[in-house]
Amino acid sequence: MNFSELFRVTLPETMLELAALLVLVVDLGLLQKTSAKLRATVAALVGAAGCCAALWAVSIQAGSGLHVGQNLVLANGGSAAIAQIGILVLTALTLLLLIDSVFTRHAGEYVAVVLMTASGGLIISAAQDLLVIFVGLELLSLGLYILTAFAKSSAKSAEAAVKYYLFGGMSAAFLLFGFSYFYGLSGSTNLLEIQRAIATSGPSPLLFIAWILVVAGLGFKVAAFPFHLWAPDTYEGAPAPAAAFIASVSKVASFALLLTLSVNLLMPGGLIESDKASAEEFLRNSYHAWHSLALILLVVAAASMIAGNLAALVQVSVRRLLAYSAIAHAGYILLGIGTQQAFTGQGSPFAFYLTTTGPALRSAEAVLYYVLTYGLTTIGAFGVVSIVEHATGSDRIDSFLGLHKRNPLLAAVLLILFLSLAGIPPLIGFWAKFNLFAAVLGVSAGTIPFALVALAVAMSAVSLYYYLQVLKRAYVMPAIDETPIKGSPVTMAVLVAIAATVLLLGCFPALLQNWIASFYPAF
Amino acid sequence: MLAWSIYLSFAGALLLALVPKDKPALARWLALAVAVAGLALSVAGFIAGMGQGRMIIVDLLWVPSMGIHYLLADDGISRVLVLLTGLAAVAGILFSWDIEHRTNEFFAFFLALIGGVYGVFLSFDLFLLFVFYEIAIVPKYFLIAIWGSTRREYAAMKLALYSFVGSAMVLIGLLAAYATSGSHSTSLIDLGHANFSVGFQMWCFPLVFIGFAILAGMWPFHTWAPTGHVAAPTAASMLLAGVVMKLGAYGCLRAGIGLFPHGLDPWGVSFLGVGSWRDVFAILAILGIVYGALVALAQTDFKFVIGYSSVSHMGFVLLGLMTLNQIGMTGAVMQMFSHGILAGLLFAIVGRIVYARTHTRQLADLEQLHLSKRLPFAAWAFVIAGMASMGLPGFSGFVAELQVLVGAWMVKPWWVAAAGVGIVVGVAYTWRAMQKAFFSDAPSTPHQLEQDQEHPLAAITWPEVTGVALWGGASLWVGRSPRSRLATIEPAVQALLAGGGQ
Repeated sequence: MNFSELFRVTLPETMLELAALLVLVVDLGLLQKTSAKLRATVAALVGAAGCCAALWAVSIQAGSGLHVGQNLVLANGGSAAIAQIGILVLTALTLLLLIDSVFTRHAGEYVAVVLMTASGGLIISAAQDLLVIFVGLELLSLGLYILTAFAKSSAKSAEAAVKYYLFGGMSAAFLLFGFSYFYGLSGSTNLLEIQRAIATSGPSPLLFIAWILVVAGLGFKVAAFPFHLWAPDTYEGAPAPAAAFIASVSKVASFALLLTLSVNLLMPGGLIESDKASAEEFLRNSYHAWHSLALILLVVAAASMIAGNLAALVQVSVRRLLAYSAIAHAGYILLGIGTQQAFTGQGSPFAFYLTTTGPALRSAEAVLYYVLTYGLTTIGAFGVVSIVEHATGSDRIDSFLGLHKRNPLLAAVLLILFLSLAGIPPLIGFWAKFNLFAAVLGVSAGTIPFALVALAVAMSAVSLYYYLQVLKRAYVMPAIDETPIKGSPVTMAVLVAIAATVLLLGCFPALLQNWIASFYPAF
Repeated sequence: MLAWSIYLSFAGALLLALVPKDKPALARWLALAVAVAGLALSVAGFIAGMGQGRMIIVDLLWVPSMGIHYLLADDGISRVLVLLTGLAAVAGILFSWDIEHRTNEFFAFFLALIGGVYGVFLSFDLFLLFVFYEIAIVPKYFLIAIWGSTRREYAAMKLALYSFVGSAMVLIGLLAAYATSGSHSTSLIDLGHANFSVGFQMWCFPLVFIGFAILAGMWPFHTWAPTGHVAAPTAASMLLAGVVMKLGAYGCLRAGIGLFPHGLDPWGVSFLGVGSWRDVFAILAILGIVYGALVALAQTDFKFVIGYSSVSHMGFVLLGLMTLNQIGMTGAVMQMFSHGILAGLLFAIVGRIVYARTHTRQLADLEQLHLSKRLPFAAWAFVIAGMASMGLPGFSGFVAELQVLVGAWMVKPWWVAAAGVGIVVGVAYTWRAMQKAFFSDAPSTPHQLEQDQEHPLAAITWPEVTGVALWGGASLWVGRSPRSRLATIEPAVQALLAGGGQ
């Protein structure tokens, strides 16, 4: 490894860190005496500019990533690039939502923490080594704890942060424990080395334990049942831009990581070109190893779909409702990851290999499509909630009463975003779901995947009920208070842009799909 | 050309959402203009399509990676139903001329619904059809929940969830069909050649059929229909009964029977004479016919009578589909058109002309009011619509139901015997409602007479006359010259029955 290579590969992260430092200098050095509003605006704009710079850095990246010796440490291109671009765009959007927030006077510090957290997200999207993954994940997590607690005058915010921190600490321990098993099984921290070791030594019960621990650790990050307990409290207590950040950016990064782990640890890469017998053995072993992970993921996915949707039915706080719906959405996505190759080519390892590469990529595309569009929609949803909350003082479902009279534009944005979350066409949420389910069935048309897809579709019918509960208050039920709610121009512009994107991409679903597909080799 | 009916409706909906709130008159006229334009297009499309087979309007690749086409086309069945939608849109707007509460939003949702309905009838791609089908759910919900009456929020949510559960079943079936077909195209024309295995069709067909049939009011999934119809504002009940229930039946026909014809094959085992999905659904349809009629007979609320009668009449459509012969299925399509018009007309009379003046729908209260003297127009309109809906020769209902029954006789004569009970009861409930609501001879109390003199009922307005004339005329037109209509529908049914070539 030489340092110029390191610098080249980590240029996006470097850009974010530089922007973070710049924000601190500008905010503390120049703007201390000015109004909070100006400080927030400048900080958010500098932060967004940092994201743009990092985007540029991602876009010019070429080459094969960062190697240490023979081993790949940071990848670029492919899934990593898509996730990184997603993270940067979503981060910039949450920063723009900050401009009108009033939860803190220290906007500079907030933006700096957001940028550093996002750089953690960039690292785990690309990392190919267990140690780098863990460092990136901790960078992300620590930042998120701080962001949750950022509303210093709010007891709820502090409570949420403590809960988040305790659960997070525990899950990090699980994850590290699981990683230690991988190391023990293979003698390496590199994903490819581990894959090779698993495949040559054959499946082992320890592998199953390792996977359970890792899924527990990452299940916490993506808020999957039964590791979801922190989510409702955190979503409720955190300041709105921070909650939006947790619900979107952290989700994108964590799912990208899960995708990396599941694909790179288990998908036979270019190393089966040796003699046929050993290749056959190798494939059989990978196949069994994959099965253990798939089983765990699918159980967690089904439980998340059911628990998230049913719990959301009875919520009266819109933030908690969004948290439970996030659990349900995590379930759908895990379904996409879990069925990547679980049930293909049963019987013949070679059939397994042949059927693996194409559909697995298709499934990875569908997962990224889902998580990116979900992140975008959910940022918009939190934006709407924060405006309503600011005007009415509460995020109770009843504070949305008569929204169509109090601010018709905001109500229309809410309508589009919530219907998209429910999966009504022609909005992007429908295509994300459809794409994901079609990918699942396309990869593995067995009884179990089909039953799980049927469960997912049925559960999204349930979800319409609670999204309509909010929309009913916004559009149908009479308002108690008819004073107009005014959103500030920047936030409204961001929200309208998000809603328009959700609608447009819904009408032309192939745009995003083609864009994602362009990051993968054609075949 | 027909495709413009979709775009116009959606554009109209968008435009209406932007109309200032304080200009209800502008909103009304704008909506009427859009609907009339849609009707004109559908009439022109109908005339242009006379004697033609399937005509493709537009075919673009929408989502290339999944083979989803933006494929709009029309055949005889579509043209008839598009015409019905055009009529329903114009009449619905005429009968909601008195909406004063959030007028522009009402018409925006109304036109969005109409646009979705046009889209379903013109889609020849499975997923495009599904997309339009789902687009129609949301405006329905808001139309009922905001502008409805009796228990409107409950009824609206019930309707929305029933529809969404139905469409979830359809989606599961469609995903399965997509995954197994391997044809990399979701166009109905291509999927028709996909040759699904009989075993697959056996379980996928009922899933898709029931999913669509929920919206067609198939017993025992009909319970959304009476509550929904009663709660909805007049124009929305007209649309619900007039076209939205037809969406379900159309889906059953186009996607259910069209794609999975072998789903109706005998199972090989028979239990109590039930040996295939065809028997199961035919029996459910007959149960719906008889049950709907009997329950309608016992209602005290005028609008519930019509609501349950819809369940009964839609039973004929489903029975017609299950005959799988040309005459029965042609009858089913005719019945869709006929019931669409007649149910709409009946709802308009009950919900708009009568209720808006008397503020009661209870038959017991209406008995006191001597409406035949005070609202002769409403009474005569109801007589005509009621006669037509009973199946009096000369009107559309007769032609349609007769064909369904003839078709059913060719399959199993006892189906006809059972459905015949429904027709007899149908006469009874219509007669009962007509007599109680309009021609009662209950003596008025002096107090009542005094009140009648003090508060004369408002005069019939021009939109009401126009709407009744439009729909009554349409029904008579079909009843008088069934040949021309049959000539349109028959070839399309033939093509569909021939399989693959739909």
